[in-house]
Amino acid sequence: MKRSVIMKRLTTLFSFLLLMAITVSAQTPDSSVEMATRLRQDGKIWVVVAVIAVVFIGIIANLLRLEMKVRKMEKELNIK
Amino acid sequence: MRKMWWKIASIIILLYVIVMGLMGPVPHLPIINETIRNTYFHVALWLAMTTLLFSSMIYSIAYLNKGDIKYDDRASEIAKAGIFYGILGCLTGSLWANFTWGDPWPNDPKLNGAAVGILIYLAYLLLRSSFEDEQKKARISSVYNIFAFAVFIPLIYILPRLTDSLHPGSGGNSTFGSFDLNNDMRKVFYPAIIGWILLGLWMAELRVRLKIIERSQHD
Repeated sequence: MKRSVIMKRLTTLFSFLLLMAITVSAQTPDSSVEMATRLRQDGKIWVVVAVIAVVFIGIIANLLRLEMKVRKMEKELNIK
Repeated sequence: MRKMWWKIASIIILLYVIVMGLMGPVPHLPIINETIRNTYFHVALWLAMTTLLFSSMIYSIAYLNKGDIKYDDRASEIAKAGIFYGILGCLTGSLWANFTWGDPWPNDPKLNGAAVGILIYLAYLLLRSSFEDEQKKARISSVYNIFAFAVFIPLIYILPRLTDSLHPGSGGNSTFGSFDLNNDMRKVFYPAIIGWILLGLWMAELRVRLKIIERSQHD
């Protein structure tokens, strides 16, 4: 598989996960209606899980960008 | 073409570890309560660090055998990733100890051994930076690296077990695996170790490639 294809797929995956996190947090809370979504159960600990996952994905995205930068430099310098 | 699959595997495994590690079923034990989940992060980090330092030693041996500088590059950068994990392990252990043993740094032989071990590896980095000549640097620090690992293992795995230690598996304590680690935890714990190892290798690989780029720019 080509590198750009992998990157494109990864970007789609990350943006999908990010979008999921955003849409979940954007739902306005209505105190009269108790929605039993998974994220509101168990003392809302799943929100913390989501936050940690988003932070981790952010760090990984950064690492991937670094990876691409190094790759570009290698290409310019004809290493391997 | 550089392989990408193991990096993606590391991302997926660690995401699984984060979600399952925080929300998966764990045994209910007194005092440690929910902090048992630290096993997936703190303990797995230490095991990943040991694996990284071991592979660093293997590359040092390979360098001494073959004399190719690329092995020394790998040895030093993997060692750096290992030391990074070691420092993280000390910090996370301190946090955990503060709330379960009641002291951020109880005078536990395992903690002191780990601290000495990290210092030995910091001396490795210092030794590396004190040579100008590349071949000389690689040769002497490779030898040091082998000895460092040979001292490190007794310091953190063997000596604490010979005396009383708060860590599981020492003194009269049972080992961690025998009672506390049930099958639910194994499903997260073993992937966690692999995930952290792969992430460490990734960081090391990037640094090795930067080193190669730097070298080719000097030539």
